[in-house]
Amino acid sequence: MVGKNLSLLPDENKQKIESLVKKAGAKLSDCYQCGKCSAGCPMAESMDLMPRQVLRYLQLGLLQEALSSQAPWICATCQTCSARCPHDVPIAEIMEAIRRQADQMGIRPLRRTYLFSKYFLLPLKLFGRNHELTLTMFYNLTSGKLFQHFTYLPAMLKSRKLKIWPAKVKNRLAVRKIMENCEKEAQNI
Amino acid sequence: MARAGVFICHCGSNIASVIDVEQVAKSAEQMTGVVYAATNKYACSISGQEMMKQAIIDHQLDRLVIASCTPRMHETTFRKMLGKTSVNPYMLEVANIREQCSWVHTDKEKATAKAIDLVRMSLAKVLKNQPLFTSSIPVCKKCLVIGGGIAGIQAALDIADGGYEVTLVEREPSLGGKMVMLDKTFPTLDCSACISTPKMAEVGAHPRIKLMSSCEVSAVSGYIGNFEVTIKQNPRYVDHDICTGCGLCEEKCPTKLKSSFDQGLGQRKAIYKLFPQAVPAKPVIDAQHCTKLTKDKCGVCAKVCPLGCINFADQESYTTDTFGAIILATGYQLIDWGSHYPEYGGGAYADVISGLQFERLVNASGPTEGKIKRPSDGAQPKSVAIIKCVGSRDVAKAHGYCSRACCMYAAKHAHQTIEKIAGAQVYIFYIDVRTPGKAYEEFYDRTREDGAVYIRGRVSKIYEENGKLICKGEDTLIGKQVTVEVDLVVLETAMEPAANSGQTAALAGVSADKDGWLTEAHPKLRPVETQSAGVFLCGTAQGPKDIPDTVAQASAAAAKVLGLLAKDELETSPMISAVDTSKCSGCRFCEQVCPVKAISMIDIPSIYNGQKVKRTVAQVNSGLCSGCGACSAACRTGCIDLLGFTNKQILEEVDALWQ
Repeated sequence: MVGKNLSLLPDENKQKIESLVKKAGAKLSDCYQCGKCSAGCPMAESMDLMPRQVLRYLQLGLLQEALSSQAPWICATCQTCSARCPHDVPIAEIMEAIRRQADQMGIRPLRRTYLFSKYFLLPLKLFGRNHELTLTMFYNLTSGKLFQHFTYLPAMLKSRKLKIWPAKVKNRLAVRKIMENCEKEAQNI
Repeated sequence: MARAGVFICHCGSNIASVIDVEQVAKSAEQMTGVVYAATNKYACSISGQEMMKQAIIDHQLDRLVIASCTPRMHETTFRKMLGKTSVNPYMLEVANIREQCSWVHTDKEKATAKAIDLVRMSLAKVLKNQPLFTSSIPVCKKCLVIGGGIAGIQAALDIADGGYEVTLVEREPSLGGKMVMLDKTFPTLDCSACISTPKMAEVGAHPRIKLMSSCEVSAVSGYIGNFEVTIKQNPRYVDHDICTGCGLCEEKCPTKLKSSFDQGLGQRKAIYKLFPQAVPAKPVIDAQHCTKLTKDKCGVCAKVCPLGCINFADQESYTTDTFGAIILATGYQLIDWGSHYPEYGGGAYADVISGLQFERLVNASGPTEGKIKRPSDGAQPKSVAIIKCVGSRDVAKAHGYCSRACCMYAAKHAHQTIEKIAGAQVYIFYIDVRTPGKAYEEFYDRTREDGAVYIRGRVSKIYEENGKLICKGEDTLIGKQVTVEVDLVVLETAMEPAANSGQTAALAGVSADKDGWLTEAHPKLRPVETQSAGVFLCGTAQGPKDIPDTVAQASAAAAKVLGLLAKDELETSPMISAVDTSKCSGCRFCEQVCPVKAISMIDIPSIYNGQKVKRTVAQVNSGLCSGCGACSAACRTGCIDLLGFTNKQILEEVDALWQ
């Protein structure tokens, strides 16, 4: 048998796609593959699949292909696609839903992008406000690129683009609480 | 001695800004035969026309050259003006110095010289013009409609309701055509039979419509307002004047056959009504399969008929009638896909069916009473593949054109499958989805919402494996091969002109295009007229279309016919061909080239070597001739002239260019 046999896909695929799409608040049948999302995407050039194609794989029930695509991880969530879609498909939200699903299933098509997104909000949780140096430390340590961008450090410190110590926030525990609630909420959707 | 007047129009600045009109007038005044030349701001305006009328009186003009816009624009205006003067309307030539001179040139000097040349040429021609006179022909206030599908039904009803007599000729034993076979109509999903059978009944009961079923047109002669049409009545073997349609004969007939109405999926008897609501609601005998007619056995129907209607000796008969107008509504048929697509099984798989077969399966009055069952084993299909463009948009195998209605009925078939079979999986293979109609795109949206999976790509092969039909295709949107395994495949096959529609149209002098669709007079501005005056067309005979477009076109054709029949007499153009019988050699070449069959041959008495002989010469039917000039160009002896454009006139015009 050549090609994808659409009749032999496991039912589990369909359920997973349905719940994934539901989380994004989308309806897959709305997409008629016009390609406007891909046409306006600022990151599309770096993607292995066009955003339109990611949706197409979901429409066909080919979950594995959609989850192992790099495109959702390259997506900058700029929302251009969602804003311009003629059928109001929330494409950026679908990309986010795919990232979550892939994360749950341990699918990491781009390891470092995954790590970056994993630690991106960590300083917020720790200090109540973002702290770039902490984020860089975690990312560089886990990604194995220990001294990446190290040479930028003096200039950035000098021009106060980076701060050595995190900013002091009055009620950092309240921020942490908000974030934890958000995470819990996201789990429940 | 000719007294020609030349008038140069400024057309505001359209002509005057490029051409020195005064210079043209001055040059024209010097030309032989011209007694008066003048310019006018707008020759077509009331004041411009008055000025020319006055000049005709003042200078006793007997012919005119008007140098202005194209004759297509205002020749008729100027002819009408001359009709109110002493000058014959055909003693006029219009020199086109706008579209073919001022609008296309920038060099004023050269444009002026060209305008003078054009005026000189028109003058040379007008000096050879002869007065021509229109004649009138009476109009027979009756219309013939050929084809009893929804197009013919609609046109016949509109004309009959307008107060005129209509004869409706249908080849099949009943009205209805293809529409009555369908289950639902898109996008509203109303029942097709429910909306078409009342119209059929209305035709059957209309006091001004004569319905001729099982009939064919066998000959057409005559011309607009007066067509002589011979209609062949095929034998029905049942006397419809007596028959009440009780159905006893059909019940008792022992011969069972595949029903053509059910697309081979159901059965009928050898004596049969096409379908229960048939109009006329009376049976006919299928002579090919009736054992009494083929083997002289049986005859049960004649025995059970309480009224003695059965007549096995029935013969075909011919009637001739006169009509003022003809509407061609000969419709379409579906392509015989099996002979074109061996890769889809070529008809070997019982469960690969056409869209029309699916319509019968899903139809409550069809062979399965509306339950979708596979033809092979009667099982309910759980998965269905629908393949569009089978025979359409396929230059190599079948037809290059798009059949227009399939995208929508494919969506309808998907919707119906999902609606009737819980959990059914439907795949639709398509190249493009074309939904240009009111509420059509919304219907397509809804079908996707229903759960139909649209796959962009043509199926390459269908084969059977483990009781499943495997369709191999590509999803071109992801660029990967895909395969689906289904229980039933529905091919949305191409429309093509109905069998013999070309021959029927040719009888009425109407041509068909390379695909066999009948040709309209102008694709945009004369969509229901044909090159043959008095012959109109509508419905799928003209090209693939859906029901709303067909009905709209049928009403348009009816409106044209009503306009024609409302006249008592028709004025004919005098600019037609004339034969100089003294020079005609009777070679018949003109007869072959005439597109409207206006030329026939007659024998005239002649004298050869002092003896009385008969000679064959061409003769032009003034009612039919459209003045195209093809015969004149084709004539080897130069004996045919197109009045108003005689060979002499045209040669004088050409000669004038070099003077």
